[in-house]
Amino acid sequence: MQLWLIPLLPLAGFLINGVFGRRYSKSLVNAVAIGSVVLSFAWVVKTLLGVDLNTAHTEHYFTWIQSGTLSIGADFAVDRLTAVMLLVVTGIGSLIHIYAIGYMAHEGGYYRFFAYLNLFMFFMLVLVLGANYLVLFVGWEGVGLCSYLLIGFYFDKKIATNAGNKAFIVNRIGDFGFSLAMFYIVRNFGSLDFGTVFGQAAGKSEAVLTTIGLLLLVGACGKSAQLPLYVWLPDAMAGPTPVSALIHAATMVTAGVYMCARSFPIYVHAPDAMSAIAIVGIATAFFAATIGLAQNDIKKVFAYSTVSQLGYMFVGVGCGAFSAGIYHLMTHAFFKALLFLGSGSVIHALSGEQDMRNMGGLRKKIKWTFLVMMCAAVAIAGIPPFSGFFSKDAILLAAYAHAPWMYWLGTLTAGMTAFYVFRAMFMTFFGDYRGHQHPHESGPVMLIPLAILAVLSLAGGYLFKVPEFLRPFFVGVEEVPENFNLMIYSSLAGVAGIALAWLMYVAKLGMADSFAGSMKGLYTLVYNKYFVDEIYDAAVVKPLVGGSRLVLWKGMDAGFIDGMVNGAGARARNLGSVLRLMQSGNIRSYATWVLLGSLGVIAVIVGIASAGGIR
Amino acid sequence: MNSATSVRMLSVLVVPLIGFLAALCVPRRRPENSRALALTMSLLAFLDALMLVAQFDRGQGGEQFSIDIPWITSPDIHFATSVNGVSLWLIVLTAFLTPLCVLVSWRSIQNRAKEFYAFLLLLEFGLIGVFLAQDLFLFYVFWEVSLVPMYFLIGIWGHDRRIYAAVKFFLYTMAGSVLMLTAIIYLYNQAHTFSYPKILDMLSRGDLSFTSGEQMLLFLAFFVAFAIKVPLFPLHTWLPDAHVEAPTAGSIMLASVMLKMGTYGIYHFCLPLFPRAAHSCAPWIAVLAIIGIIYGALVAMVQPNMKKLVAYSSVSHLGFVVLGIFSFSQMGLDGAVYQMLNHGISTGALFAIVGLLYERRHSLAIDDFGGVATVAPWLSTAFLITTLASIGLPLLNNFVGEFLVLQGTAMEHYQWTIYASIGVILSACYMLWMYQRVFYGEAGHEVRSHIPDLNPREWAAVIPLIAMMVWMGVYSQSFLPPVSKVSALVLEQSKINVTTRVQAAPPVGQEEHDQGVARGRGRPPHLSVLAEAANAR
Repeated sequence: MQLWLIPLLPLAGFLINGVFGRRYSKSLVNAVAIGSVVLSFAWVVKTLLGVDLNTAHTEHYFTWIQSGTLSIGADFAVDRLTAVMLLVVTGIGSLIHIYAIGYMAHEGGYYRFFAYLNLFMFFMLVLVLGANYLVLFVGWEGVGLCSYLLIGFYFDKKIATNAGNKAFIVNRIGDFGFSLAMFYIVRNFGSLDFGTVFGQAAGKSEAVLTTIGLLLLVGACGKSAQLPLYVWLPDAMAGPTPVSALIHAATMVTAGVYMCARSFPIYVHAPDAMSAIAIVGIATAFFAATIGLAQNDIKKVFAYSTVSQLGYMFVGVGCGAFSAGIYHLMTHAFFKALLFLGSGSVIHALSGEQDMRNMGGLRKKIKWTFLVMMCAAVAIAGIPPFSGFFSKDAILLAAYAHAPWMYWLGTLTAGMTAFYVFRAMFMTFFGDYRGHQHPHESGPVMLIPLAILAVLSLAGGYLFKVPEFLRPFFVGVEEVPENFNLMIYSSLAGVAGIALAWLMYVAKLGMADSFAGSMKGLYTLVYNKYFVDEIYDAAVVKPLVGGSRLVLWKGMDAGFIDGMVNGAGARARNLGSVLRLMQSGNIRSYATWVLLGSLGVIAVIVGIASAGGIR
Repeated sequence: MNSATSVRMLSVLVVPLIGFLAALCVPRRRPENSRALALTMSLLAFLDALMLVAQFDRGQGGEQFSIDIPWITSPDIHFATSVNGVSLWLIVLTAFLTPLCVLVSWRSIQNRAKEFYAFLLLLEFGLIGVFLAQDLFLFYVFWEVSLVPMYFLIGIWGHDRRIYAAVKFFLYTMAGSVLMLTAIIYLYNQAHTFSYPKILDMLSRGDLSFTSGEQMLLFLAFFVAFAIKVPLFPLHTWLPDAHVEAPTAGSIMLASVMLKMGTYGIYHFCLPLFPRAAHSCAPWIAVLAIIGIIYGALVAMVQPNMKKLVAYSSVSHLGFVVLGIFSFSQMGLDGAVYQMLNHGISTGALFAIVGLLYERRHSLAIDDFGGVATVAPWLSTAFLITTLASIGLPLLNNFVGEFLVLQGTAMEHYQWTIYASIGVILSACYMLWMYQRVFYGEAGHEVRSHIPDLNPREWAAVIPLIAMMVWMGVYSQSFLPPVSKVSALVLEQSKINVTTRVQAAPPVGQEEHDQGVARGRGRPPHLSVLAEAANAR
């Protein structure tokens, strides 16, 4: 089946562009970068057409790590879940690569950008193809690296490199949990192979499975930007917009959801861990949505929206609706990639302006961008029959079955989602233009990928019935019955959100400001993202750095230990003559010293030993 | 393996010695000859090391290429050497890094180049000897031989506070060496031999045994000597000073190989000789190792000096090695050895590139840099890959070692793993913060005018290191199997010896029972020990 070709193609693209790209023309860089990803997509399609997905198809290439009883292979596997992920990653990936040709045309480091993007594709594909936790972890860490590199792409800007570091380090905290989960799995299962572990999961105690499930959740919270580790994702918007679309909306950040869904045989036997996922998810969805209400940077709005939507996916997984979580993962990839790429088109049109207060009225000036973004907006708002409606509905139904309060909170969040997305749409495209640039529409190389994504956002829910496709995969998972009333409520919430946004940002323009003014405290709190960054900084970063510097380094190391050593050294200064003699080449005095010292110690030891020893 | 082959294999030790002697004969006014000679001889030694790998029988775990030549009759000291699956790689590492050290010193060492290269080759000789020696006295001799050239490398070619650093390094190490020598002599008095294989044999047969007090003191004497070298917290404060003051080549050899003398010693001597003491000290040592991991990382985080930062990161990384060894698990031991090699490669590369930066900017202060990525993209890329290796990114070397150490530890003591894993988070903090401050940002005037990208000679030094990081990270099967065999042996020895000791000095009341068991089975004592060891598990 040659599954290895799927990730190896982008890796080859990375190596070629990374090593020689500087000397290549832009069109050659494009050919290598886009060619490798499109070929990879083609190979995915060919593979999936030729394989029977009802059984997992595994390929073993070589033994990666072998020690004692543990053997970890470089193994890839493809099954239904992988199939969905592969198509999303390579499909959306190809579109975003093509879009980036236009977006990055005037940026420095062109080849470097595409090399990193290819490298990201390699690791993301390893992540979804891996047939054991450690190979998954290779991809997991690798995409984190690429995220770090691409967030800090404009490396002469401190804000960008800070954001890159933050992303990497916060993810490391998540990986801490993931690693501990793996250690615990090996301790209990003796293997990290999905087949072996999941096959034995049913026979293990609930305590073990719950521990593993919770530790995996910590990892997922880091990668998928859930509470309390979501803080890196909004900052990650410092990277170029195609990166935000590909990595920080469509693919990498969904890795946590994928990993939890992949681990469903563990979770179904660990209900407490599943509840934890659902609670983290709903809390994040709500919390991030509230922040999204008050942001003025167009990318920040969508960043918090991503955090919030990822929360929905976690709710799905946590409520046992694994396929609904993956369904939403896919539709979200369509509409959120589109929202980011669209906002990229806006930013591009305005020569780098990201503040929506300096936009407005753009629907006449960049009509196509407006139209495609509108498609994404109705999709994310959950308006039937567009893609987001189907997947969000499936999740909310499962939430209702799990705990009704989650459904209602989720519905409220859906309303807020519709509000902040349409607030962004209205502020950007309606009213009068408030900036000073000369907006210009993007070229076809950017618009065509947008158009494709627009079609997918509108019709993706129909075209790809993920839950049906995945039903044979998630064996032993209960289905939730349809509930027409619940469907109506959540759709109405979306409509209400849009209407409110219309009222506040189009119909009665002053209303938003007076509203914010009347609730000044709350508004300040939300506008400043609940001061979470400041709290983390004051509670964790500053004490850690300051404590390390003053207490550990200056106090302990230089002060206490070295103080004792140097004190001994000062007394031994007379012995320095030994060293001085040595430097003159007199080895004998050195040997004498060694011998004398040794004899002394021997005498002590012999004395103690002959006196009966120390028992 | 016939003895002719074994003797031929010794050329890996002899070539650096010849090089050292030849270097002494090169006229002082022609430094380029010294460099060329050092490069040639070190490359020859590396070829010899590769021959060693080629001839090494990977299917067999024990010592190979054994040589035993009487050296001094009274006391009975032999020139006894051999190679096992662990020392093999440490020798290759030494021989691999020495030519690279010559390359990175090419321009930076102009003053007394003749002596510098002579000492470098003597250092290589001493280090390889340490890993080869099978006679405890010979081991001690090589241990001290390696100390002397390093002392001079720091003391003569170091930076401003070189004398302080060199003396500190020397005193610290000597303090340990004295203890070790004492223990070796005590062992000799008991066993009447310095031969390490013979002593192990006697221990396993019960011909030699120690009271628990003896065992504990002997263990501690060896262990402290090794722990200073590792260095284990809180015996580490010589290391940052030594690194900051040492010339680049000195830092590389110090971090990459010399520290491994300590961990190798613990692995190779402490565990098989004194398993009972090692077992009973394990929790304490593990605590120190974990403190070292976290403490080293936290202190590294706030260092304003690049070399000092890397030095403290070594304290952290070596903590993983010690932790792996004292996990008494196959994976932990394998991982510890792999981590010794990994640390040798990646920290060697870190020091090499920091050395290149120093050569250009004449500063090690992080604040004096910034924006290097703009002016020297390839140098920055090389450093980035090394940084990523150092923080344990999968598909690069350190990941495999760290994973095995932590996994091995988790098999026996899950809590230890939790604390040790914090070090993995922190490593990302200190390395990425340094990387950001040195390589990212706007390039100032000083950086712009002083920092060219890598030249071909520097490429030649950096590329092999990076290639090894990738190779060891992707395909550990090239290296791990011989290591696993030795680890299994060490693990087995330490277990057998535990019961030997129990039998040698049984608690009162237990004695009759034990003897009854042994009699009843009608086996020779050492076999019943084996059986008991099996029962005990």
